[in-house]
Amino acid sequence: MIYEQIAENKRKSFLLLVLFFAFIIFLGWVFGEAYNAGETGIILAVALAIIISFVTFFYGDKMVLGISQARPVDPKENPYLYNTIEGLAIAAGVPAPKAYIIDDTAPNAFATGRNPQNSAIAVTTGLLQKMNRLELEGVIAHEMSHIKNYDIRYSTLVVVLVGTVALLSDWMGRSFFYGRGRREGRKGGGNAIILLLALILVILAPIIAKLLQLAISRQKEYLADSSGALLTRYPEGLASALEKISKDTEPLEVANKATAHLYIVNPLLDHRSKLNNLFDTHPPTEDRIKRLRAMSFVK
Amino acid sequence: MFITLLFILIVIGVPILIIIGIYNRLVVLRNRGDNAWHQIDVQLERRADLVPNLVETVKGYAAHERGVFEAVAKARTQWAQAGTVKEKAEASDMLTSALKTLFAVAENYPELKANQNFLMLQEELAGIESKIAYARQFYNDTILSYNNAQQVFPSSIIANMFNFKPREYFEVEGAGKREVPKVGF
Repeated sequence: MIYEQIAENKRKSFLLLVLFFAFIIFLGWVFGEAYNAGETGIILAVALAIIISFVTFFYGDKMVLGISQARPVDPKENPYLYNTIEGLAIAAGVPAPKAYIIDDTAPNAFATGRNPQNSAIAVTTGLLQKMNRLELEGVIAHEMSHIKNYDIRYSTLVVVLVGTVALLSDWMGRSFFYGRGRREGRKGGGNAIILLLALILVILAPIIAKLLQLAISRQKEYLADSSGALLTRYPEGLASALEKISKDTEPLEVANKATAHLYIVNPLLDHRSKLNNLFDTHPPTEDRIKRLRAMSFVK
Repeated sequence: MFITLLFILIVIGVPILIIIGIYNRLVVLRNRGDNAWHQIDVQLERRADLVPNLVETVKGYAAHERGVFEAVAKARTQWAQAGTVKEKAEASDMLTSALKTLFAVAENYPELKANQNFLMLQEELAGIESKIAYARQFYNDTILSYNNAQQVFPSSIIANMFNFKPREYFEVEGAGKREVPKVGF
Protein backbone atom coordinates (compact mmCIF):
# COMPACT_ATOMS: atom_id res chain seq x y z
CA MET A 1 0.00 0.00 0.00
CA ILE A 2 2.63 2.50 1.08
CA TYR A 3 4.92 1.39 -1.75
CA GLU A 4 2.19 2.12 -4.27
CA GLN A 5 1.77 5.58 -2.78
CA ILE A 6 5.51 6.21 -2.97
CA ALA A 7 5.67 5.03 -6.58
CA GLU A 8 2.68 7.19 -7.50
CA ASN A 9 4.19 10.28 -5.91
CA LYS A 10 7.53 9.75 -7.63
CA ARG A 11 5.80 9.24 -10.97
CA LYS A 12 3.65 12.33 -10.55
CA SER A 13 6.63 14.44 -9.50
CA PHE A 14 8.55 13.34 -12.56
CA LEU A 15 5.58 14.04 -14.80
CA LEU A 16 5.22 17.48 -13.29
CA LEU A 17 8.86 18.27 -14.02
CA VAL A 18 8.49 17.08 -17.62
CA LEU A 19 5.34 19.15 -18.05
CA PHE A 20 7.06 22.17 -16.62
CA PHE A 21 10.02 21.61 -18.91
CA ALA A 22 7.78 21.45 -21.96
CA PHE A 23 5.91 24.54 -20.85
CA ILE A 24 9.04 26.66 -20.48
CA ILE A 25 10.40 25.55 -23.85
CA PHE A 26 7.07 26.26 -25.51
CA LEU A 27 7.06 29.64 -23.85
CA GLY A 28 10.57 30.31 -25.18
CA TRP A 29 9.51 29.30 -28.67
CA VAL A 30 6.45 31.56 -28.66
CA PHE A 31 8.49 34.38 -27.26
CA GLY A 32 11.23 33.91 -29.86
CA GLU A 33 8.74 33.80 -32.73
CA ALA A 34 6.86 36.83 -31.53
CA TYR A 35 9.98 38.92 -31.29
CA ASN A 36 11.64 37.40 -34.37
CA ALA A 37 14.49 36.22 -32.17
CA GLY A 38 14.45 32.77 -33.83
CA GLU A 39 16.31 30.02 -32.06
CA THR A 40 17.69 32.20 -29.30
CA GLY A 41 14.33 31.96 -27.56
CA ILE A 42 14.33 28.18 -27.46
CA ILE A 43 17.98 27.90 -26.42
CA LEU A 44 17.43 30.36 -23.64
CA ALA A 45 14.27 28.56 -22.56
CA VAL A 46 15.98 25.15 -22.44
CA ALA A 47 18.78 26.59 -20.32
CA LEU A 48 16.29 28.29 -18.06
CA ALA A 49 14.15 25.15 -17.75
CA ILE A 50 17.15 23.03 -16.79
CA ILE A 51 18.27 25.50 -14.16
CA ILE A 52 14.82 26.04 -12.65
CA SER A 53 13.98 22.33 -12.55
CA PHE A 54 17.31 21.49 -10.94
CA VAL A 55 17.09 24.24 -8.37
CA THR A 56 13.45 23.41 -7.62
CA PHE A 57 14.13 19.74 -7.13
CA PHE A 58 17.11 20.21 -4.83
CA TYR A 59 16.27 23.49 -3.12
CA GLY A 60 12.47 23.56 -3.32
CA ASP A 61 12.18 22.75 0.38
CA LYS A 62 14.48 25.66 1.29
CA MET A 63 12.38 28.00 -0.87
CA VAL A 64 9.13 26.84 0.71
CA LEU A 65 10.58 27.24 4.19
CA GLY A 66 11.85 30.67 3.19
CA ILE A 67 8.49 31.82 1.81
CA SER A 68 6.86 30.65 5.05
CA GLN A 69 9.46 32.46 7.14
CA ALA A 70 10.34 29.28 9.01
CA ARG A 71 13.55 29.31 11.02
CA PRO A 72 15.55 26.22 12.04
CA VAL A 73 15.59 25.32 15.73
CA ASP A 74 18.30 23.39 17.48
CA PRO A 75 17.59 20.66 20.04
CA LYS A 76 18.65 22.85 22.97
CA GLU A 77 16.21 25.61 22.12
CA ASN A 78 13.19 23.34 21.97
CA PRO A 79 13.88 19.80 23.23
CA TYR A 80 10.13 19.16 23.44
CA LEU A 81 9.56 19.60 19.70
CA TYR A 82 12.76 17.78 18.89
CA ASN A 83 11.93 14.77 21.03
CA THR A 84 8.48 14.53 19.53
CA ILE A 85 9.80 14.63 15.97
CA GLU A 86 12.58 12.14 16.70
CA GLY A 87 10.19 9.78 18.47
CA LEU A 88 7.74 9.68 15.58
CA ALA A 89 10.55 9.34 13.05
CA ILE A 90 11.58 6.21 14.94
CA ALA A 91 7.99 4.98 14.91
CA ALA A 92 7.77 5.55 11.16
CA GLY A 93 11.23 4.10 10.53
CA VAL A 94 12.55 7.17 8.70
CA PRO A 95 15.51 9.45 9.54
CA ALA A 96 14.49 12.37 11.75
CA PRO A 97 13.41 15.41 9.67
CA LYS A 98 14.83 18.82 10.51
CA ALA A 99 12.72 20.97 12.81
CA TYR A 100 11.58 24.50 11.89
CA ILE A 101 9.49 27.04 13.72
CA ILE A 102 7.27 29.76 12.24
CA ASP A 103 6.76 32.65 14.64
CA ASP A 104 2.99 33.00 14.35
CA THR A 105 0.28 32.48 16.93
CA ALA A 106 -2.07 30.70 14.51
CA PRO A 107 -1.64 26.94 15.09
CA ASN A 108 -0.61 25.04 11.95
CA ALA A 109 2.15 22.84 10.55
CA PHE A 110 3.53 21.46 7.29
CA ALA A 111 6.22 19.14 5.98
CA THR A 112 8.46 19.62 2.97
CA GLY A 113 11.48 18.04 1.28
CA ARG A 114 12.32 15.76 -1.63
CA ASN A 115 12.65 12.44 0.25
CA PRO A 116 12.69 11.20 3.85
CA GLN A 117 16.47 11.74 4.02
CA ASN A 118 16.06 15.41 3.10
CA SER A 119 12.93 16.56 4.83
CA ALA A 120 11.75 19.15 7.30
CA ILE A 121 8.76 19.74 9.51
CA ALA A 122 7.72 23.30 10.30
CA VAL A 123 5.31 24.14 13.12
CA THR A 124 4.05 27.52 14.28
CA THR A 125 4.71 28.78 17.80
CA GLY A 126 0.91 28.86 18.15
CA LEU A 127 0.79 25.10 17.63
CA LEU A 128 3.39 24.53 20.34
CA GLN A 129 1.48 26.74 22.75
CA LYS A 130 -2.05 25.53 22.11
CA MET A 131 -1.56 21.77 21.78
CA ASN A 132 -0.86 19.29 24.54
CA ARG A 133 1.72 16.56 24.05
CA LEU A 134 -0.72 14.02 22.60
CA GLU A 135 -2.16 16.53 20.14
CA LEU A 136 1.29 17.65 19.02
CA GLU A 137 2.24 14.02 18.50
CA GLY A 138 -0.88 13.58 16.37
CA VAL A 139 0.05 16.54 14.16
CA ILE A 140 3.69 15.48 13.81
CA ALA A 141 2.58 11.91 13.01
CA HIS A 142 0.36 13.24 10.21
CA GLU A 143 3.32 15.16 8.77
CA MET A 144 5.59 12.15 9.20
CA SER A 145 3.20 10.12 7.04
CA HIS A 146 3.40 12.76 4.30
CA ILE A 147 7.19 12.45 4.50
CA LYS A 148 7.26 8.67 4.50
CA ASN A 149 5.08 8.28 1.42
CA TYR A 150 6.78 11.07 -0.60
CA ASP A 151 3.73 13.37 -0.64
CA ILE A 152 6.22 16.07 0.28
CA ARG A 153 8.13 15.75 -2.98
CA TYR A 154 5.12 16.39 -5.17
CA SER A 155 3.56 19.10 -3.03
CA THR A 156 6.86 20.99 -2.73
CA LEU A 157 7.47 20.84 -6.49
CA VAL A 158 3.95 22.12 -7.05
CA VAL A 159 4.52 25.19 -4.86
CA VAL A 160 7.62 26.32 -6.70
CA LEU A 161 6.81 25.26 -10.26
CA VAL A 162 3.26 26.51 -10.15
CA GLY A 163 4.51 29.77 -8.67
CA THR A 164 7.07 30.10 -11.45
CA VAL A 165 4.48 29.37 -14.15
CA ALA A 166 2.10 31.94 -12.72
CA LEU A 167 4.87 34.52 -12.54
CA LEU A 168 6.15 33.83 -16.07
CA SER A 169 2.75 33.84 -17.74
CA ASP A 170 1.86 37.02 -15.94
CA TRP A 171 5.05 38.67 -17.10
CA MET A 172 4.61 37.34 -20.66
CA GLY A 173 1.08 38.63 -20.77
CA ARG A 174 2.16 42.08 -19.79
CA SER A 175 5.04 42.16 -22.22
CA PHE A 176 2.68 41.19 -25.06
CA PHE A 177 -0.08 43.59 -24.27
CA TYR A 178 2.14 46.58 -23.71
CA GLY A 179 5.24 45.67 -25.72
CA ARG A 180 3.51 44.68 -28.98
CA GLY A 181 1.60 47.86 -29.38
CA ARG A 182 4.67 49.86 -30.24
CA ARG A 183 5.97 47.33 -32.72
CA GLU A 184 2.69 46.87 -34.58
CA GLY A 185 3.18 49.76 -36.92
CA ARG A 186 6.67 48.75 -37.93
CA LYS A 187 6.02 45.08 -38.64
CA GLY A 188 2.38 45.13 -39.57
CA GLY A 189 1.39 42.26 -37.24
CA GLY A 190 2.71 39.44 -39.41
CA ASN A 191 2.27 36.57 -36.98
CA ALA A 192 -1.20 36.83 -35.60
CA ILE A 193 -1.30 33.09 -34.87
CA ILE A 194 1.66 33.38 -32.55
CA LEU A 195 0.02 36.25 -30.76
CA LEU A 196 -3.14 34.23 -30.37
CA LEU A 197 -1.15 31.29 -29.02
CA ALA A 198 0.56 33.51 -26.52
CA LEU A 199 -2.77 34.92 -25.44
CA ILE A 200 -4.26 31.47 -24.89
CA LEU A 201 -1.17 30.46 -22.98
CA VAL A 202 -1.30 33.45 -20.72
CA ILE A 203 -4.93 32.73 -19.89
CA LEU A 204 -4.64 28.96 -19.58
CA ALA A 205 -1.39 28.62 -17.62
CA PRO A 206 -2.70 29.82 -14.25
CA ILE A 207 -5.78 27.61 -14.59
CA ILE A 208 -3.65 24.56 -15.33
CA ALA A 209 -1.42 25.47 -12.42
CA LYS A 210 -4.44 25.58 -10.12
CA LEU A 211 -5.61 22.20 -11.37
CA LEU A 212 -2.19 20.70 -10.66
CA GLN A 213 -2.41 21.99 -7.13
CA LEU A 214 -5.84 20.42 -6.74
CA ALA A 215 -4.49 17.16 -8.13
CA ILE A 216 -2.85 16.72 -4.76
CA SER A 217 -5.93 14.75 -4.06
CA ARG A 218 -7.81 15.41 -0.88
CA GLN A 219 -7.69 11.68 -0.43
CA LYS A 220 -4.07 12.14 0.58
CA GLU A 221 -5.07 14.07 3.67
CA TYR A 222 -7.35 11.25 4.83
CA LEU A 223 -4.54 8.81 4.16
CA ALA A 224 -2.01 10.83 6.12
CA ASP A 225 -4.54 11.15 8.95
CA SER A 226 -5.07 7.43 9.20
CA SER A 227 -1.41 6.44 8.83
CA GLY A 228 -0.59 9.14 11.36
CA ALA A 229 -3.09 7.62 13.75
CA LEU A 230 -1.48 4.26 13.17
CA LEU A 231 1.90 5.70 14.21
CA THR A 232 0.69 7.13 17.50
CA ARG A 233 -1.94 4.40 18.02
CA TYR A 234 -4.10 7.21 19.35
CA PRO A 235 -6.44 8.77 16.75
CA GLU A 236 -8.03 11.04 19.35
CA GLY A 237 -4.80 13.05 19.64
CA LEU A 238 -4.92 14.13 16.00
CA ALA A 239 -8.72 14.49 16.05
CA SER A 240 -8.64 16.92 18.94
CA ALA A 241 -5.68 18.78 17.39
CA LEU A 242 -7.63 19.22 14.13
CA GLU A 243 -10.59 20.44 16.11
CA LYS A 244 -8.51 23.03 17.92
CA ILE A 245 -6.76 24.20 14.75
CA SER A 246 -9.97 24.55 12.76
CA LYS A 247 -11.72 26.44 15.56
CA ASP A 248 -8.85 28.89 15.85
CA THR A 249 -9.79 32.18 14.26
CA GLU A 250 -6.36 33.73 13.92
CA PRO A 251 -5.08 33.97 10.34
CA LEU A 252 -1.66 32.59 9.46
CA GLU A 253 0.12 35.60 7.98
CA VAL A 254 2.83 33.76 6.06
CA ALA A 255 0.52 31.37 4.21
CA ASN A 256 -0.70 32.19 0.71
CA LYS A 257 -2.55 30.51 -2.15
CA ALA A 258 0.62 28.83 -3.41
CA THR A 259 1.52 27.20 -0.10
CA ALA A 260 -1.94 26.63 1.39
CA HIS A 261 -2.12 23.00 0.28
CA LEU A 262 0.97 22.12 2.32
CA TYR A 263 -0.53 22.80 5.71
CA ILE A 264 -2.32 20.24 7.88
CA VAL A 265 -5.44 22.43 7.95
CA ASN A 266 -6.07 25.04 5.26
CA PRO A 267 -4.60 28.25 6.71
CA LEU A 268 -6.80 30.48 4.55
CA LEU A 269 -9.82 31.09 6.72
CA ASP A 270 -12.32 31.63 3.91
CA HIS A 271 -11.73 28.05 2.74
CA ARG A 272 -12.89 26.45 5.94
CA SER A 273 -16.51 25.99 4.95
CA LYS A 274 -18.42 22.86 5.82
CA LEU A 275 -19.21 22.18 2.19
CA ASN A 276 -16.88 20.28 -0.06
CA ASN A 277 -15.83 23.17 -2.26
CA LEU A 278 -14.53 22.38 -5.75
CA PHE A 279 -11.51 24.59 -5.27
CA ASP A 280 -10.57 23.46 -1.79
CA THR A 281 -7.19 21.86 -1.28
CA HIS A 282 -8.28 20.12 1.91
CA PRO A 283 -11.24 17.89 2.76
CA PRO A 284 -13.68 19.37 5.30
CA THR A 285 -12.05 19.19 8.73
CA GLU A 286 -15.27 18.00 10.38
CA ASP A 287 -15.21 14.98 8.14
CA ARG A 288 -11.57 14.23 8.93
CA ILE A 289 -12.30 14.43 12.66
CA LYS A 290 -15.33 12.18 12.28
CA ARG A 291 -13.28 9.55 10.44
CA LEU A 292 -10.53 9.65 13.07
CA ARG A 293 -13.01 9.26 15.90
CA ALA A 294 -14.59 6.29 14.13
CA MET A 295 -11.28 4.39 14.26
CA SER A 296 -11.26 2.13 17.24
CA PHE A 297 -8.22 -0.05 16.94
CA VAL A 298 -7.07 1.09 20.36
CA LYS A 299 -9.52 1.00 23.19
CA MET B 1 15.24 -29.20 -29.96
CA PHE B 2 15.11 -25.50 -29.19
CA ILE B 3 11.63 -25.82 -27.74
CA THR B 4 12.66 -28.64 -25.41
CA LEU B 5 15.65 -26.68 -24.23
CA LEU B 6 13.46 -23.67 -23.53
CA PHE B 7 10.98 -25.84 -21.69
CA ILE B 8 13.69 -27.32 -19.46
CA LEU B 9 15.08 -23.88 -18.82
CA ILE B 10 11.68 -22.60 -17.71
CA VAL B 11 10.94 -25.62 -15.55
CA ILE B 12 14.24 -25.20 -13.70
CA GLY B 13 14.63 -21.43 -13.93
CA VAL B 14 11.26 -20.23 -12.69
CA PRO B 15 11.33 -22.08 -9.34
CA ILE B 16 14.90 -20.91 -8.78
CA LEU B 17 13.87 -17.31 -9.40
CA ILE B 18 10.96 -17.68 -7.00
CA ILE B 19 13.24 -19.14 -4.33
CA ILE B 20 15.74 -16.30 -4.77
CA GLY B 21 12.95 -13.76 -4.51
CA ILE B 22 11.55 -15.22 -1.29
CA TYR B 23 15.02 -15.65 0.19
CA ASN B 24 15.90 -12.02 -0.50
CA ARG B 25 12.66 -10.81 1.04
CA LEU B 26 13.38 -12.78 4.20
CA VAL B 27 16.88 -11.28 4.38
CA VAL B 28 15.49 -7.76 3.94
CA LEU B 29 12.95 -8.36 6.70
CA ARG B 30 15.63 -9.77 9.00
CA ASN B 31 17.85 -6.75 8.43
CA ARG B 32 14.92 -4.45 9.08
CA GLY B 33 14.43 -6.25 12.38
CA ASP B 34 18.10 -5.76 13.28
CA ASN B 35 17.86 -2.10 12.46
CA ALA B 36 14.67 -1.72 14.49
CA TRP B 37 16.31 -3.44 17.42
CA HIS B 38 19.27 -1.11 17.14
CA GLN B 39 16.89 1.85 17.44
CA ILE B 40 15.58 0.57 20.78
CA ASP B 41 19.06 -0.22 22.00
CA VAL B 42 20.32 3.30 21.25
CA GLN B 43 17.48 4.88 23.23
CA LEU B 44 17.84 2.48 26.17
CA GLU B 45 21.55 3.20 26.24
CA ARG B 46 20.94 6.94 26.23
CA ARG B 47 18.52 6.60 29.10
CA ALA B 48 20.93 4.50 31.14
CA ASP B 49 23.60 7.15 30.52
CA LEU B 50 21.35 9.88 31.90
CA VAL B 51 20.68 8.03 35.14
CA PRO B 52 23.91 8.82 37.10
CA ASN B 53 23.49 12.51 36.34
CA LEU B 54 19.87 12.41 37.46
CA VAL B 55 20.66 10.50 40.64
CA GLU B 56 23.37 13.02 41.55
CA THR B 57 20.98 15.92 41.05
CA VAL B 58 18.24 14.36 43.17
CA LYS B 59 20.73 13.32 45.87
CA GLY B 60 21.66 16.97 46.33
CA TYR B 61 18.15 17.64 47.64
CA ALA B 62 16.91 14.33 48.95
CA ALA B 63 19.97 12.39 50.10
CA HIS B 64 18.06 10.31 52.60
CA GLU B 65 15.73 8.63 50.09
CA ARG B 66 18.08 5.66 49.94
CA GLY B 67 15.53 3.03 48.89
CA VAL B 68 14.87 4.82 45.63
CA PHE B 69 18.53 5.25 44.74
CA GLU B 70 19.19 1.59 45.47
CA ALA B 71 16.32 0.51 43.22
CA VAL B 72 17.63 2.68 40.41
CA ALA B 73 21.20 1.43 40.85
CA LYS B 74 20.01 -2.18 40.86
CA ALA B 75 17.97 -1.70 37.71
CA ARG B 76 20.92 -0.08 36.00
CA THR B 77 23.28 -2.92 36.91
CA GLN B 78 20.79 -5.42 35.59
CA TRP B 79 20.55 -3.42 32.39
CA ALA B 80 24.32 -3.45 32.00
CA GLN B 81 24.35 -7.25 32.32
CA ALA B 82 21.34 -7.93 30.08
CA GLY B 83 22.13 -9.68 26.81
CA THR B 84 19.06 -11.11 25.12
CA VAL B 85 16.01 -9.18 23.97
CA LYS B 86 13.98 -10.65 26.82
CA GLU B 87 16.54 -9.74 29.49
CA LYS B 88 16.87 -6.24 28.12
CA ALA B 89 13.10 -5.82 28.07
CA GLU B 90 12.92 -6.90 31.72
CA ALA B 91 15.80 -4.68 32.82
CA SER B 92 14.32 -1.77 30.91
CA ASP B 93 10.97 -2.32 32.64
CA MET B 94 12.70 -2.30 36.00
CA LEU B 95 14.52 0.91 35.21
CA THR B 96 11.30 2.50 33.97
CA SER B 97 9.46 1.79 37.21
CA ALA B 98 12.48 2.76 39.36
CA LEU B 99 12.66 6.10 37.55
CA LYS B 100 8.92 6.59 37.99
CA THR B 101 9.37 6.18 41.74
CA LEU B 102 12.28 8.60 41.65
CA PHE B 103 10.19 11.27 39.96
CA ALA B 104 7.29 10.62 42.33
CA VAL B 105 9.66 11.19 45.25
CA ALA B 106 10.99 14.35 43.63
CA GLU B 107 7.44 15.74 43.77
CA ASN B 108 7.94 16.21 47.52
CA TYR B 109 10.89 18.56 47.10
CA PRO B 110 9.82 21.92 45.69
CA GLU B 111 13.40 23.16 45.50
CA LEU B 112 14.43 20.15 43.46
CA LYS B 113 11.47 20.69 41.14
CA ALA B 114 12.69 24.22 40.52
CA ASN B 115 16.22 23.09 39.71
CA GLN B 116 17.03 23.92 36.09
CA ASN B 117 19.22 20.87 35.62
CA PHE B 118 16.52 18.62 37.03
CA LEU B 119 13.88 20.09 34.72
CA MET B 120 16.12 19.56 31.73
CA LEU B 121 16.78 15.96 32.70
CA GLN B 122 13.09 15.41 33.24
CA GLU B 123 12.18 16.64 29.75
CA GLU B 124 15.05 14.65 28.28
CA LEU B 125 13.87 11.48 30.01
CA ALA B 126 10.25 12.02 29.02
CA GLY B 127 11.44 12.34 25.42
CA ILE B 128 13.52 9.19 25.63
CA GLU B 129 10.68 7.26 27.26
CA SER B 130 8.37 8.09 24.38
CA LYS B 131 11.11 7.27 21.87
CA ILE B 132 11.59 3.90 23.55
CA ALA B 133 7.85 3.29 23.28
CA TYR B 134 7.86 4.20 19.57
CA ALA B 135 11.01 2.21 18.87
CA ARG B 136 9.42 -0.78 20.57
CA GLN B 137 6.27 -0.36 18.50
CA PHE B 138 8.33 -0.17 15.31
CA TYR B 139 10.42 -3.18 16.34
CA ASN B 140 7.37 -5.30 17.15
CA ASP B 141 5.66 -4.35 13.87
CA THR B 142 8.81 -5.23 11.94
CA ILE B 143 9.21 -8.52 13.77
CA LEU B 144 5.56 -9.32 13.16
CA SER B 145 6.02 -9.17 9.40
CA TYR B 146 9.33 -11.09 9.64
CA ASN B 147 7.80 -13.85 11.75
CA ASN B 148 4.72 -13.94 9.55
CA ALA B 149 6.85 -14.40 6.45
CA GLN B 150 8.48 -17.41 8.09
CA GLN B 151 5.19 -19.06 8.90
CA VAL B 152 3.07 -18.55 5.79
CA PHE B 153 3.27 -20.87 2.82
CA PRO B 154 5.36 -21.00 0.63
CA SER B 155 8.00 -18.81 2.23
CA SER B 156 7.90 -21.06 5.30
CA ILE B 157 9.69 -23.74 3.25
CA ILE B 158 12.48 -21.37 2.26
CA ALA B 159 12.74 -20.07 5.83
CA ASN B 160 13.15 -23.63 7.07
CA MET B 161 15.65 -24.50 4.36
CA PHE B 162 17.93 -21.57 5.15
CA ASN B 163 17.40 -21.65 8.88
CA PHE B 164 15.62 -18.34 9.46
CA LYS B 165 14.53 -18.18 13.10
CA PRO B 166 11.55 -16.29 14.53
CA ARG B 167 12.52 -13.37 16.76
CA GLU B 168 11.28 -12.41 20.19
CA TYR B 169 8.93 -9.50 20.66
CA PHE B 170 9.97 -6.69 22.95
CA GLU B 171 7.15 -6.83 25.46
CA VAL B 172 6.32 -4.59 28.35
CA GLU B 173 5.05 -6.20 31.48
CA GLY B 174 1.34 -6.51 30.62
CA ALA B 175 0.21 -3.07 29.53
CA GLY B 176 -2.78 -3.24 31.89
CA LYS B 177 -0.98 -4.07 35.13
CA ARG B 178 1.70 -1.45 35.21
CA GLU B 179 3.14 -0.92 38.67
CA VAL B 180 1.98 2.00 40.69
CA PRO B 181 5.09 3.79 41.95
CA LYS B 182 5.56 3.54 45.68
CA VAL B 183 6.14 6.86 47.30
CA GLY B 184 8.32 6.93 50.40
CA PHE B 185 7.76 9.57 53.03
